[in-house]
Amino acid sequence: MRFQFKTSYNQDIRLFKDRIDTSWYGLLAVAVLAVPLLMSDYYVGEATWVFIYAICGVSLMALVGYTGLVSLGHAAFLGIGAYAHAYFLQHGVPWVVSVALAVTITTASGIVVGLPALRMTGIYLTIATLAFGVIIQEVFSRWESVTHGFAGMPVEKPTIFGVPFHDEWAFYYLCLFFLVLVLWMTRNLLRSPTGRAWIAIRDSEIAAQSMGVNLAIYKSIAFAYSAGLMGLAGALFAHKIGYLAPDIFTILLSIQFLLLVIVGGLGSLHGAVFGAIFVALLPPLIAILRDSIPASMNEAAQAMNIKLLAIIGEGIGNFLKKPGVEAGIFGLILVLVILLEPLGMYGRWVKIRVFFSTFPMYRGATFKRQKSYMRSERLR
Amino acid sequence: MCRGRKLVTFLQLTLNGLAVGCIYGLVALGFVLIYKATELVNFAQGDLLMLGAFVAYMAVIWWGLDYWLAFLISVVTIGVFGALLDATILRNVIGQPQFAVVMLTIGLGAMFRTFASVTWGSEIYTLPTPFGGVWQVGGVTLSHQYISIVVGTLILCGVLYVFFNHTRVGVAMQATSQNQLAAYYMGIPVKLIFSLIWAISAGTAAAAGILLAPVTLIDINMGLAVALKAFAAAVLGGFGSIPGALVGGIIIGLIELYAGATLPEGFKDTAPYIVLLIMLVVRPQGLFGTMTRKKV
Amino acid sequence: MSFFSVDNLSINFGGIKAVDGVTFDVKKGEVFTIIGPNGAGKTTIFNLVSRIYQPTGGKLVFDGTDITNVPPHRIAALGIARTFQNIELFEHATLLQNLLLARHAHKKSNFFSELMFLPSVRQMELEHREAVEKAIDFLDLQQYRDSFIVNLPYGVRKVTELARALCTDPQLLLLDEPSSGLNVEETEDMAFWIQDIRTLLGITVLMVEHDMSLVSAVSDRVLALNYGRPLAMGTPGEVQSHPEVIRAYLGG
Repeated sequence: MRFQFKTSYNQDIRLFKDRIDTSWYGLLAVAVLAVPLLMSDYYVGEATWVFIYAICGVSLMALVGYTGLVSLGHAAFLGIGAYAHAYFLQHGVPWVVSVALAVTITTASGIVVGLPALRMTGIYLTIATLAFGVIIQEVFSRWESVTHGFAGMPVEKPTIFGVPFHDEWAFYYLCLFFLVLVLWMTRNLLRSPTGRAWIAIRDSEIAAQSMGVNLAIYKSIAFAYSAGLMGLAGALFAHKIGYLAPDIFTILLSIQFLLLVIVGGLGSLHGAVFGAIFVALLPPLIAILRDSIPASMNEAAQAMNIKLLAIIGEGIGNFLKKPGVEAGIFGLILVLVILLEPLGMYGRWVKIRVFFSTFPMYRGATFKRQKSYMRSERLR
Repeated sequence: MCRGRKLVTFLQLTLNGLAVGCIYGLVALGFVLIYKATELVNFAQGDLLMLGAFVAYMAVIWWGLDYWLAFLISVVTIGVFGALLDATILRNVIGQPQFAVVMLTIGLGAMFRTFASVTWGSEIYTLPTPFGGVWQVGGVTLSHQYISIVVGTLILCGVLYVFFNHTRVGVAMQATSQNQLAAYYMGIPVKLIFSLIWAISAGTAAAAGILLAPVTLIDINMGLAVALKAFAAAVLGGFGSIPGALVGGIIIGLIELYAGATLPEGFKDTAPYIVLLIMLVVRPQGLFGTMTRKKV
Repeated sequence: MSFFSVDNLSINFGGIKAVDGVTFDVKKGEVFTIIGPNGAGKTTIFNLVSRIYQPTGGKLVFDGTDITNVPPHRIAALGIARTFQNIELFEHATLLQNLLLARHAHKKSNFFSELMFLPSVRQMELEHREAVEKAIDFLDLQQYRDSFIVNLPYGVRKVTELARALCTDPQLLLLDEPSSGLNVEETEDMAFWIQDIRTLLGITVLMVEHDMSLVSAVSDRVLALNYGRPLAMGTPGEVQSHPEVIRAYLGG
């Protein structure tokens, strides 16, 4: 068990808790920086997806996990950012300016969506953002002079200040840079009045108001900030995917982002990153298993001379090859997480850490939640 | 002459819109029933609809059963399935944040779709119905399929109305949705009531699915589109109001058909949402909803 | 000129007159208590003062400014803080975060400086922390500093709410049933704290309370309400023995 001896208020403000914490993060930084040196382009590419999804996760975490406003339309913000960036690049706008413009436009659209949302709560807000998402998707497919509709829109590789970021490893570092920037900025907000105001709005609007929080302003800030981050993620997303089409930015993608923050763990930045790792890496993992399970089971069957194993392996492989199985696996994991670990992967991570740091004195009841009766949210 | 044709087109659209709206209304009814009773929002409602249509298809095509028998089998199967869902999974999350439950049902819906795709395949299927014919009334084509939807909705609503207002179980359900704890103290088996409500709303969804099958055909994604519109309908009517759900459904259905016929391409699917957004801005609590504030 | 005055305040909820022509004024530095049977409109008056409800008639004047039309989030900055009858803390945040949020009305940073966490923001955060620590010391909450509110017992939550209200640096403190749900000892502690708040911190207290022992122990003046109308006003003893008040409580 580790005790922290506090001698200054600054200790509660700084980014990393203590020296041990700092060294762990240093180690992580080294590992992440070393990935392109040690791994093939395929894995570097998948890791880049993790970073882009993590930015999306932080964006949604600010809105859903901290401010308590649920959006089912975030794919639209991603799309706005992606299309805006691609459009500006096509018209010869320098990369940095193009990204800045894309972020500004999505931030503005976030405010536009946020304004009517100020009067709505709970499920009404969710459906309003859903409606927004559907409308924007339709706009993507109809506004052909800008988006080229279903014909699609190619996105060139990024070149910043004349320096090409065309290789997988270069783009990897670019995305990593933006992820770290986003995490740092969000962490800053969370340790200052804005972040506390968000949390206050999430937990009790009336008390927040009585303590001087202007609900309209801080909800708008949350929407704008979240949308702005989504716009940034969209710009990177556009480069990564290389070709934009309206049917990328569907409600299913919005649902995937929500899945990301839930599986990762609501109300923590760690959760956003954990969730991104999960969402970005599960599909390639399934693809790998699809081919390797039948093969390895077949080998095992021949080695042990049990035919049944080969048949089972074949069955699993065929099952994983069916269309729509991936969505079902995502669904299953989502259900299991909500039922068994409502705090998500981050919650499990904290529990494991506590288990080891208090070993052998761990009490199973430490995280036991009070049994809750039906709590009405009609009156919020 | 031109004017007459316009009128005919208008009547035709109205009838078709009414039929589509009835489906949305039925699904929205399922949303509202569950929400009123348990405060859970069931996003898997559309996928229950899809399962209902597939079960009926299986009964008719695979087993060669009569349409009406298949109808009954499907509604009962999905109803029981709904009750089981409640008893095994959803009862455990009552009291958790609404958002977690919404995501849970989204996850369940994805699993149902995968199940359907693995079991029945991901092609598009047609369910043969006894409603093949049409009536011509003054230039307006009354297709039996559409009429069957409207009539079926009316019958279902009538049955539910009588059930909720004139049977002991129905009144107990109303009591439970007003105040869970008080109902429990009065000796109402609250858990059983919840399961029953799930059974009813799942059964309603299955019925809606079978009625809808001849119009949209059956495939694994048929539920999603309907559920989103039905959800919009439920919100439009004021989430938690049963007449609101039906009226909202019909409004959405009509808007969809009118917009599809008169406005440029692309508005058919978005017009209902545009109307919904405007409505939410003007009246955030929906048509029949009431705005309540937390007491401090 | 009185410190805080309520003039002919009224509000209707769909035809029911929840508060009907209530007039009183609070002098600087006193403890003023509103009593009355359930549904008399006591909490409604608090909600009117903290501007959650809009009155249908009447005027609220605080320290020379008319606050009848001030939006609810401006009230804290004016120097009015409140607690809630059924505890409205930010449950999934730590006690420290709850108290720091109460400093919101005194923040001087803008969004962009917070985004970068500029030295000025850090400086401000440290100042807020110092103010918060004073309240923590005052109410003996040191050991719960880093606990999440959901894990705290009811009595501590009640005190936390009081601490949160104090952190806004109020001149007028509205306490909505500070003793409800507390046991006898905790109620006694609460009585001492309320006296300390008045004498040591010089904060005027407006309170709604049912526990007559607490009311008599700390109040300078008491107003009795029934059905939204004032029945009697005076010292605790006077009001308790007022025949109208006795009839309102005992019926008949």
